[in-house]
Amino acid sequence: MAQVTGSAIGSPPAAPSWVSQLSWTWVGVVPFFVFALMFLILPTGFLMVGGFQDGQGHFTFRNLRDLFQPTILSSYLISIKVSAASAIGGAVIGFALAYAAITGGLSTWVRPTLMTFSGVASNFAGVPLAFAFLATLGRTGLVTALLINLFGFNIYGAGFNLLSFAGLALTYMYFQIPLMVLIIAPAIDGLKREWREASANLGASTWEYWRYIALPILSPPLLGATLLLFANAFGAVATAYALTGSSLNIVTLVLYAQIRGDVLHNQNLGYALALGMIFMTGMSNAAYIWLRGRSERWVR
Amino acid sequence: MTRSRLGSWLLILFGALYFFVPLLGTFEFSLRYLRGVYSLEAYRIVLTDPRFGATITYSTVLALATIVMGVVLVVPTAYWIRLRLPGLRPVVEFITLLPLVIPAIVLVFGYLRIYNSTSVLPLTGSERATDLLLMFSYVTLALPYMYRAVDTGLRAINVHTLTEAAQSLGAGWPTTLLRVILPNVRAAVLSGAFLTFAIVIGEFTMASLLDRPAFGPYLQLIGANRAYEPSALAIISFAITWACMGLLQVFARGAPGQVAGTR
Repeated sequence: MAQVTGSAIGSPPAAPSWVSQLSWTWVGVVPFFVFALMFLILPTGFLMVGGFQDGQGHFTFRNLRDLFQPTILSSYLISIKVSAASAIGGAVIGFALAYAAITGGLSTWVRPTLMTFSGVASNFAGVPLAFAFLATLGRTGLVTALLINLFGFNIYGAGFNLLSFAGLALTYMYFQIPLMVLIIAPAIDGLKREWREASANLGASTWEYWRYIALPILSPPLLGATLLLFANAFGAVATAYALTGSSLNIVTLVLYAQIRGDVLHNQNLGYALALGMIFMTGMSNAAYIWLRGRSERWVR
Repeated sequence: MTRSRLGSWLLILFGALYFFVPLLGTFEFSLRYLRGVYSLEAYRIVLTDPRFGATITYSTVLALATIVMGVVLVVPTAYWIRLRLPGLRPVVEFITLLPLVIPAIVLVFGYLRIYNSTSVLPLTGSERATDLLLMFSYVTLALPYMYRAVDTGLRAINVHTLTEAAQSLGAGWPTTLLRVILPNVRAAVLSGAFLTFAIVIGEFTMASLLDRPAFGPYLQLIGANRAYEPSALAIISFAITWACMGLLQVFARGAPGQVAGTR
């Protein structure tokens, strides 16, 4: 009797308390979502919508079509080339470095030292990095001068130019390689020594170990890291701006000029330009997720 | 085995060259200000330039504000997601990775459009408001690093047990967060903080497009107009980055909860 009464009395407030419990739980993440809305979702959304509008706010595909005019298209292509070259180069060299430091049987100080230096170098980007490469590989740079004095070899005579596709990719790799080292090190740690020993016991060669064990396990983080490096380079502005001024027509520099002074003479085309960049970096991330799903099937 | 070890050493050597040669080149270049002799003249000129002091102070203050705001935003969120809303984790993680997907220049383009002086929230209307907007821009830029650092730190401690222990001893939410959770993820928060500092201090794109007198735009200005001073500035910037990472090592070591670190 008392129990029945108790539950009868207890249950009406129970529902509101459950509701308020739930809403209190959600209140904890409200600041984060407000922040995300204000500084990530809405600004990006505004540009994405603007890319599909004309000057009067009517819906149109015209801006997107205009992205395919030769000057804009070529700026996208140069950006893609530079980003892909520096991402792939950075990923290959960074992975090799991390793998050598972690599993190469080197002295114990090598790994922490590499990690520290990678932390520094991956953050040494932007304007100062451009200065460093100008001072090193510019026309009067140290390495340029040394190569002329020691070997009589002028890299500029051989067609190299720092203010070009190759120069920019080489400069970007200064932060891409260490970034790769930092990203991929945990994945290399995940490779258990036992797997290598087990495969060796079963008669696998080094090649077979890599082909059937290590690479299938590492391919999701490897591809993911490469795509991350690609997006990282694709959105870079400061290094390119300080290095080349506006002589290299990459898409971020076109957008920079557009934001500063509407060089395209069409605000909405500017939004479409931004939309195209989001599309590129978004696609590379979507591709990563798809590839990860695919390779996880094999790992399982 | 020896052959592969030699290969490993050669790789490390190559990495070291890629790292050091540009620095060496920059340093050598920075000493060339006076014709025929090496001197520190370029450094003297840079360090006595009042704009140098002004811009670097501005960027430092902004970086500190960014760190405080980032910690206030990220720690409670990451904690709460781990404790109460694990189902929301993929969503929050996805959002924290968005700044790596959306280029900074696109973000700031969006800010300039929706927070312009005629909008509901005219954050570009006055200088103070623009400083605030720039700080939030930097919190956004640092979000992936800060969130990952803190979340890794939280993974290494038992959030549920600590919370229950704190609450059974009578602690409220603020006490639990400030005096139990935060000290336990101190190393993680500090590593996020130093990374944030390193990102913010020389940032160019956002500061330049929001037209604020930060260190990054100053670097670019000097780079476009001077010959030897930029190299001196690059060396100084590098020293700042290096100091951030050095402090990161010092503070992160020996702090409780650094289980998440390397083995």
